[in-house]
Amino acid sequence: MTSALTTTGSELRASEPAVTVEDLHKSFGALEVLKGVSLTAREGDVVSIIGASGSGKSTFLRCINLLELPSQGRIIVSGEEVRFKPPSNGSLVPADMRQVERIRTRLGMVFQSFNLWSHMTVLQNVIEAPIHVLKTPKAEATERAEQILNRVGLWDKRDQYPAFLSGGQQQRAAIARALAIEPSVMLFDEPTSALDPELVGEVLKVIRGLAEEGRTMILVTHEMKFARDVSSHVMFLHEGLVEEEGPPKRVFFEAASEKCRNFVKSVH
Amino acid sequence: MQWYWLPEYAPKFVDGLLVTLQLLGLSIFLGMCLAIPIGLVQVTGPRPLAWAARAFCTMIRGTPLLIQLWLVYYGLGSLFPSVPGIRESFLWPILREAFPYAIFAFTLSVAGYEGEVMRGAFRGVPKGELEAARAFGMHPFTVLRRIWLPRALQNVFPTLAGEMVLTLKSTPLAATITIFEVYGVSTIVRQETYRIYEPLLFVGGLYICLTGAIVLLFRWAENRIPRARAG
Repeated sequence: MTSALTTTGSELRASEPAVTVEDLHKSFGALEVLKGVSLTAREGDVVSIIGASGSGKSTFLRCINLLELPSQGRIIVSGEEVRFKPPSNGSLVPADMRQVERIRTRLGMVFQSFNLWSHMTVLQNVIEAPIHVLKTPKAEATERAEQILNRVGLWDKRDQYPAFLSGGQQQRAAIARALAIEPSVMLFDEPTSALDPELVGEVLKVIRGLAEEGRTMILVTHEMKFARDVSSHVMFLHEGLVEEEGPPKRVFFEAASEKCRNFVKSVH
Repeated sequence: MQWYWLPEYAPKFVDGLLVTLQLLGLSIFLGMCLAIPIGLVQVTGPRPLAWAARAFCTMIRGTPLLIQLWLVYYGLGSLFPSVPGIRESFLWPILREAFPYAIFAFTLSVAGYEGEVMRGAFRGVPKGELEAARAFGMHPFTVLRRIWLPRALQNVFPTLAGEMVLTLKSTPLAATITIFEVYGVSTIVRQETYRIYEPLLFVGGLYICLTGAIVLLFRWAENRIPRARAG
């Protein structure tokens, strides 16, 4: 279905977007959750996706690394386009799961509910993917993991099991786990929504740090103030469509769409 | 009570104990090797395979082990000799013994019961943890080996200890197909000395010790497994 132009090359030209999504549709049965959403994240961009619950923002994020299979659309990560089988009915099916697995290693996903592997310590969680997916030697993976854990402030917790950590610590461990695969893009799916209010700050601080060092990130969030501060681009989704997008200043203060203005007002 | 026979039969009991342990160990090991795929296909496999696994578990769990054992030994065991040339083949020394049939029947039984346990165990692993594994580019087999299976086994570890004890206590059934494990040895004592209760009490005591050993072994192992949950 797709031409051969971007199938294998992982070489990334400076001008090439880190992630491009074009006209993404997604249906669950008869319900169309995404009705044609596009997004381009260039190197160093921080894209925030906001919107009411049910607007499709998490589904959109999960389609980027194919945890959800879109019904229609194109997904290009670091210049490599995901190849799908010729469409038959319902969802697109990847033509080559190995390609999907390879692309996923360039996308560091952070989940709302952390999803740390509870039978492993924090350190083991962080070195798992580097060792068993990227085939990094254990010593090297461990050394890097310790640096990352130090960075998110969890070095002293590295031998603890996730169940013994607070929500904020678990989420920081999950961020460390995502960083450990050295992704080109970080994907955050409502990273603070499952946290007690007093723990939100410590996680946002880590994410802010990543934004400031120029990491490419796509972030689904309900933290409006945070989105306004760190984003280079904000997308407001409404009922499966992009209702408003642009620099944070525009979306938050000068939105053309009334729905967007109302939404921003209601959550502030 | 009279125990004069004990020293004379002690070596036989030691042999019997080894047979019991072999029967238990082998059937648990082989049975678990089957139970893992049987549990897995019921959760994630293609439908016909899931149904087949389901049917197998229902059949095994729905019929007495004694009947399974006899069907395997007297049924299967009496079919083999009618196969032309089998008496001359290298398989015959194995096929004419009772022990392999017992192993086979006990393995199927363990596979049936533990297959059901593993189905629940696989299903009980939080979806998010599997999703996270996939999100980091893990191949499905790696997900199974590194995340799904260890998590599932950890969930059912205490259950498995109990199941192993139950299997231990069904091993005396093997005596009905001429295998002299510990209980079988006690029947020899009864026949030769006409003492009825002492040999039974003695093997009863042996089973309690074995059960205790299994429980302790599992408790020790469980403490070495990382605690998944706080508290």
